Amino acid sequence: MFPELNNLLNTTPDQTEQGKLTLLCDAKTDGSFLVHHFLSFYLKANCKVCFVALIQSFSHYNIVGQKLGVSLTTARECGQLVFLEGLKSAVDVFFRPQEEPHPLQFLREANSGNLQPLYEFVQEALKPMDSGEAAWRCPVLLVDDLSVLLSLGVGAVAVLDFIHYCRATVCREWKGNVVALVHDSGDAEDEENDILLNGLGHQSHLILRAEGLATGFCKDVHGQLRILWRRPSEPTAQRDRSLTYQYKIQDKNVSFFAKGMSPAVL
Amino acid sequence: MAAAATCSTGTRSTGSVVAAASRNSVTSFQRRGPRASGTDSGCSRLVSIAGTRPSVRNGQLLVSTGLPALDQLLGGGLAVGTVLLIEEDKYNIYSPLLFKYFLAEGIVTGHTLLVASAKEDPADILQELPAPLLDDNCKKECDEDIYNHKTESNIKMKIAWRYQLLPKMEARPVSSSRFGHYYDVSKRIPQELIEASKWHGFFLPEKISSTLNLEPCSLSHSYIKLLQFIQNIIYEEGFDGSNPQKKQKNILRIGIQNLGSPLWGDDICWTENCDSNHSLTKFLYMLRGLLRSSLSACIITVPTHLIQNKAIIARVTNLSDTVVGLESFIGSEKETNPLYKDYHGLIHIRQIPQLNNLIYDVSDVKDLAFKLKRKLFTIERLHLPPDLSDTVSRSSKQDLAESAKLLGPGCGMTARGKKHLDF
Repeated sequence: MFPELNNLLNTTPDQTEQGKLTLLCDAKTDGSFLVHHFLSFYLKANCKVCFVALIQSFSHYNIVGQKLGVSLTTARECGQLVFLEGLKSAVDVFFRPQEEPHPLQFLREANSGNLQPLYEFVQEALKPMDSGEAAWRCPVLLVDDLSVLLSLGVGAVAVLDFIHYCRATVCREWKGNVVALVHDSGDAEDEENDILLNGLGHQSHLILRAEGLATGFCKDVHGQLRILWRRPSEPTAQRDRSLTYQYKIQDKNVSFFAKGMSPAVL
Repeated sequence: MAAAATCSTGTRSTGSVVAAASRNSVTSFQRRGPRASGTDSGCSRLVSIAGTRPSVRNGQLLVSTGLPALDQLLGGGLAVGTVLLIEEDKYNIYSPLLFKYFLAEGIVTGHTLLVASAKEDPADILQELPAPLLDDNCKKECDEDIYNHKTESNIKMKIAWRYQLLPKMEARPVSSSRFGHYYDVSKRIPQELIEASKWHGFFLPEKISSTLNLEPCSLSHSYIKLLQFIQNIIYEEGFDGSNPQKKQKNILRIGIQNLGSPLWGDDICWTENCDSNHSLTKFLYMLRGLLRSSLSACIITVPTHLIQNKAIIARVTNLSDTVVGLESFIGSEKETNPLYKDYHGLIHIRQIPQLNNLIYDVSDVKDLAFKLKRKLFTIERLHLPPDLSDTVSRSSKQDLAESAKLLGPGCGMTARGKKHLDF
């Protein structure tokens, strides 16, 4: 959790908004620091988190999480975090086929699979407990990242369907949040990715877009972050609010500053 | 007695400090074990694997790529559990060299090799590896030195007599525990080194002959066979920690040549909208899954200049950890460019993984060129030659200005801009 980003987004772990879809996207740079931020933020906010980590292993997120002040192992043990390690499960489902449907069942299918088993896994993980006493504040689904699903043969429409189902269940029914990361391929002409990105962009309440600087590589400023607040349910409401900041990633923190106001320049 | 007692209490207190540190895990020096079983007791044993060293930034276990210059550009070496993707140069002249350096380094440090190729027999590839420098020549000299030392040991030193008391230095270099060796490209690796090493070969025409009953999957058959072969080796030899009785842990170095070329049954190189669009990317994902849970490092060469669909290149890059692109000047107009006359090609470090860390150290040098000398493959920083002409001739300045535009726009993996600014 980066305190400066919390200030920019006007949120604190004590009061989180509910029922929101947040879209993280990165263009020509690596936006995974945003995923680490939201993971540690929601764990500190005492929410129940289901993390579908398709691209890196558990220990990677754990080590970075420890730098940011959360321990994923303790969260997993006490039930606050449900972690689907995509890489390990993919090897399991591919080489040792099991009978019961596995969340990554689409890896064994020839045509563009459907993500229904994955949705059922999420549903099972974030289902509110029937005991009545709510231990956690609200359910949160975090996906890192959705573009990998396109590389694995799932169609863009199937991914959009999956997010739609998750939104209907997690955001609407259970008043939780959904956060997903999508890579923007830029000029690589990835049509499926563009469909996915545009489709999610229209549905989300908050878009955080990490971009590279237009002038190229800089040692002190690692990129630019565009924050866009949207209201997808109210069509012609006031204009969407947008802010742009530049950032520098440090070992345990990311510092944000206004454009051109990097401490190295001033 | 009292000194011994204080010593023991001292060690106990440091032990508790270490325990507290590992409990809070505030220190960033986490030695990463195999990802499947990351226990602290296992980590302390890993440091003793030959040919590896922990990274100073995040405690990752690193192996050498065989080229110390490339190791330095990649931040110390290649992390265990990751994939190094080499984007082949146009006529595939220099990328096999990097491939062979990687394998030769594995032989010299005693790692197990797995070589997969659809074009050449792995046994032939191993015969053509470059010979390591310093080891063989030194060995003969060291034998002579030891013989000479025995006869001279009785001679007392008259002037520097204090040095007589120092223990004699071991003259022979300890070769296999060093990190990063130099190789002589003009010589072949000695046969006894190959025979002493442990390697597995996957030659596609031999393996594909058997028909297999598999559910139809979007992976092509050759990729499925290769994945099963790799998984078998990892499982049987215990690289994934499944066999805890094995005392000595070792690294598996996997080398796959020309992945994505039509020889592997993949048609992404000749058509833009092909049926097996996801074959290569799915293979890379499964390979990443296998590597992350085992003590192995992999090098892959892919002919990206042949892939028709740019989206696939972007996806392949995203699914690999370290990406290095080679661009040779042969056959291009850059061959006659005065800027590049000393070099054979450009080398682009397109991506470096960001493992266990929020940041990574990016080197400031973005313009790198390589040159294949008679014995060595060197990577150097590219810079404009000095303008030594007596008269200010407009035409030569124009050429240089044009070539200066060809220099990388200072972009790296953190940020790539739309256009570059000339200063």
